[in-house]
Amino acid sequence: MKDKTIIHVENLTKMFGDFTAVDAITFEVKKGEIFGFLGANGAGKTTAMKMLIGISTPTSGEAQVADFNVYTNPDDIKKNIGYMSQKFALYDDLTVKENITFFGGIYGLSKKQINEKRCQLVEELGLEEVVNELVSSLPLGWKQKLAFSVALLHDPKIIFLDEPTGGVDPITRRQFWEMIYKTAHNGTTVFVTTHYMDEAEYCDRVSIMVDGKIEALDTPKKLKEQFKVDSMNDVFLKLARG
Amino acid sequence: MGIKIKNISKSYGDLKAVDAISFDVKDGELFGLIGPDGAGKTTIFRILTTLLIADEGEATVAGYDVIKDYIDIRNHVGYMPGRFSLYQDLTVEENLEFFATIFNTTIEENYDLIKDIYIQIEPFKHRRAGKLSGGMKQKLALSCALIHKPKVLFLDEPTTGVDPVSRKEFWEMLKRLQQKGITILVSTPYMDEAALCDRIALIQDGKILKVNTPKEIVKDYSKKIYDIGAGDMYELILSLKEYEHHYSVYPFGEFVHYTDKRSDFNPKELVKYLEHRNLKDITIQETQTTIEDAFMELAK
Repeated sequence: MKDKTIIHVENLTKMFGDFTAVDAITFEVKKGEIFGFLGANGAGKTTAMKMLIGISTPTSGEAQVADFNVYTNPDDIKKNIGYMSQKFALYDDLTVKENITFFGGIYGLSKKQINEKRCQLVEELGLEEVVNELVSSLPLGWKQKLAFSVALLHDPKIIFLDEPTGGVDPITRRQFWEMIYKTAHNGTTVFVTTHYMDEAEYCDRVSIMVDGKIEALDTPKKLKEQFKVDSMNDVFLKLARG
Repeated sequence: MGIKIKNISKSYGDLKAVDAISFDVKDGELFGLIGPDGAGKTTIFRILTTLLIADEGEATVAGYDVIKDYIDIRNHVGYMPGRFSLYQDLTVEENLEFFATIFNTTIEENYDLIKDIYIQIEPFKHRRAGKLSGGMKQKLALSCALIHKPKVLFLDEPTTGVDPVSRKEFWEMLKRLQQKGITILVSTPYMDEAALCDRIALIQDGKILKVNTPKEIVKDYSKKIYDIGAGDMYELILSLKEYEHHYSVYPFGEFVHYTDKRSDFNPKELVKYLEHRNLKDITIQETQTTIEDAFMELAK
């Protein structure tokens, strides 16, 4: 299953005036893989991710995401991926049910599909008792788990997660990662950024960006061997401190 | 001196944000408030910095009462809120001058205290604060919180969303400030930062789970923890959770942290069970308890 390439990036570059935010990055992500996309603040992660999800046009280079070209078919990319960030979450003043219905509609699901998905999702997350409550009343951890599930409503081929667990308590953080494992296990590719280095270890492969370039890319195990350290935290410190 | 908190409670409508919390921070201590979003950390900070009045309880900061002596507290503490709160349309230098002036001092008078930190943003002193990068904003906010040489420094999640390199540098700065005699109360959701504090309070849902040194908190955790690894993480977690004797199963970096209900647990038995579940490359070995393990057990 993990043989098929789902993200193909070659010399992808983005410039803002004279400033090269993303500098000719090249990598591939396989179907069903959990791919960790790490880097210091300002290294260019968000800019790179924006190009991959079709909301920012690259200055040069190539990228195919879910078999679509970022230059010519950005809208097809958007239909075939899910996206969730720490900041975005959901509509606080809609209920759990309304949020699911709203996003299901946006993704073009039929009423029947939305109802089925909603029942399934509410049961899986144990949200039966709060389904008619405003999202604002839920604890952060629940919100993030709900946001993750909503981003998967339309069965995307890839889900992009931008620091999904920031500020979340340690138990919920782990429940969240169990959801990520399950998603990848079911064949959806997971592309995730995080500042928690223990989470970097959960990924199949990890890339580390420094000043717009990918300076390391491998499995956590091999990266630790390569840099002769015991943890991903130390790999990160060695690389990013230069 | 330091900080004393006795039975402090605060509710917002029906929500009890802080529930009868008590703890002391000693003079000169670097004390960490460790807990997730929504635990009540910011409410505690706001009560101690006299920006919010508690429903119940008492507190003193540097010997001053948070109600009676609120003006003294404001003169003697520095506060760096979680959200960037400087003037975006003033320059770096103007922000710093502004804070120095309202505290009746000058940048020159206390330059020594902020030098380490300010020197890194001084090349940009004519840039507007709103145009700074996240890391630079943080350094400016810390400089402004220090410019009047406070006795106590309050830092509300200074490292949230900050990468590991900058986080490490920030904690090195804090240690240097502590050596200059400043009492520091800092909050963070990152459990690995807990180990860098003299003492910590673990907090969740408005309640203190435990107050102690990081070492003692880890020592008080009584169960043996095992690192378990296997080729397929997802199957491993599922299998361990279905194992009838499991007590806790938490993914932890490249391994799963596993504890067993039984006191006479035999790892070989578990390996056999996992092999039976068709897992490959199984490894199991006893491991060190971390603050995060202790937190999860207390929060369970």
